[in-house]
Amino acid sequence: MAPQDFSPAQMAAPSYPADVQPLVFQYVLQLADTSLILAHRLSEWCGHGPVLEQDLAMANIALDLLGEARSYYQYAAELEGRGRTEDDLAYLRSAVEYRNPLLVEQPNGDFAHTVLRQFLFDVFHYELLIELKAGPDAHLAAIAEKSLKEAAYHRKWSAEWIIRLGDGTAESRQRLEKAMRTLWRYAAELTTPTPLEQRLHAANLLPDYADIQAKVAAYVAHVLAEATLPVPTDAFAQPGGKAGRHSEHLGYLLAELQYMQRTYPNLTW
Amino acid sequence: METLEQVLSPEAQFQARIDADIRIEPKDWMPDAYRKTLIRQISQHAHSELVGMLPEGNWITRAPSLKRKSILLAKVQDEAGHGLYLYSAAETLGTTRDQMLADLHSGKAKYSSIFNYPTLSWADMGCVGWLVDGAAILNQVPLCRTSYGPYARAMVRVCKEESFHQRQGFEIMQTLCEGAPVQKEMAQEALNRWWWPTLMMFGPKDSESPNTEQSMNWRIKRFTNDELRQKFVDMMVPQAEFLGLTVPDPTVQWNEARQGYDFGEVDWEEFWSVVKGNGLCNHDRLQARVQAHEEGAWVREAAMAHAKKRAEREGVGA
Repeated sequence: MAPQDFSPAQMAAPSYPADVQPLVFQYVLQLADTSLILAHRLSEWCGHGPVLEQDLAMANIALDLLGEARSYYQYAAELEGRGRTEDDLAYLRSAVEYRNPLLVEQPNGDFAHTVLRQFLFDVFHYELLIELKAGPDAHLAAIAEKSLKEAAYHRKWSAEWIIRLGDGTAESRQRLEKAMRTLWRYAAELTTPTPLEQRLHAANLLPDYADIQAKVAAYVAHVLAEATLPVPTDAFAQPGGKAGRHSEHLGYLLAELQYMQRTYPNLTW
Repeated sequence: METLEQVLSPEAQFQARIDADIRIEPKDWMPDAYRKTLIRQISQHAHSELVGMLPEGNWITRAPSLKRKSILLAKVQDEAGHGLYLYSAAETLGTTRDQMLADLHSGKAKYSSIFNYPTLSWADMGCVGWLVDGAAILNQVPLCRTSYGPYARAMVRVCKEESFHQRQGFEIMQTLCEGAPVQKEMAQEALNRWWWPTLMMFGPKDSESPNTEQSMNWRIKRFTNDELRQKFVDMMVPQAEFLGLTVPDPTVQWNEARQGYDFGEVDWEEFWSVVKGNGLCNHDRLQARVQAHEEGAWVREAAMAHAKKRAEREGVGA
């Protein structure tokens, strides 16, 4: 999404108290990193999808998320006010500075892994955007309003595939179950607030994640039931990404993503 | 009095429609050879879009800025879309996508040889858009008026998007050429590698192109290979000069009498060698397609199985 998509009022530099501004900056960066990393993963499928229509669908979702990430990075750069650009923020930060949840950096695996990763993210993303759209930050609300339409489509796409794979063939079900054993542990991080998110919630800038968690759980249960799959009972939740503690996968992803900017610093492309 | 239909054979009536520039539609009678030629050409074109996603897809994850990443991803996605329209156009002639893909995977069907060259630097994204899409446009614009209706209509959409692709490729080159010396070197090095292969995209010389005459008579094709190659050189040499780049052909020279550029001979040995499968990427490109198809088999089966279950349940419920 280009900045010109927003009205001047939405683009006006927000005025947060000096102690809150860096927190909002960090949070917007977290949103940006999350969308970028998932877009990057999805874009790895481009040209290799199981059928041409799904190649198109995954590229489409990747493009939406990339557009959303750019809007967040641009806003984050503005909040920070130190002259950094969207590209500086995306290409010149190290793995430990990235704030995306662990789920989105997980490798594509087979199509079942990709679909499940997408579904777990989409359900959360959709509920979060509804809250951000109604939130007090006009700029974030504008980004959320545009992204929400896209996220509704993403959630529909991934939910339909969960149902097809769960209630498809014995093989597709087995693959989805295997993906569930790998990825379920990363789902809860999305709705578990970090100290940063707790402070923003206390300042009335972020919604209560407990509400989002309840809606996410209900939707996931509904779709898994249609897919004839049980909701996993394993309660273990692996935290880390939102606090900058990542899996080893992220370093390789960033090495590729940042290759040009790191090899040829300070140039215009 | 006898009507024209009664006097003329189906072949003669068909040719009369072609000569009058009346479009042939799927349900119209057509000679078998016309049908076969079109299936070959349209499916080859569709396969080129599909395989053509790979060399550019190779740089999506390494694009140098978020804007470039977004544009490149959208462009490769457009190519997937072109593949879809073209497979659909070919299906109107009585073949199926499964059959066409089987022919691609077995090596029976061809795709454009240009995609058997590797993309080694970011400037290759510029060259692919500027030169490869530029050559494709010259080949494809006349196809918007080709005699077979569904193909012509698909090409109208394809050409609109291709001209945007070409502009973005040129813009990548321009940015590189206006940038640091290392960027300009990158641009020149890429041009050196892509120039001759793009000239090969127009196919063999007219004297060695067995299908040209019949295709021209059927108005599937409207210009010969050599005519299009000349047009391409005439268009691209000034653009390279504008960019401050040098075309890697010392014999290129304006010919006032012909009002066109003279240029050197394409290395036809290399051309035929790559067509036969010996390019740097022939094996990898085909392997990538076969692998995606094979690894996707269980997904396609699951979708079919689920659709069947659902239809049965809904049938029972009704």
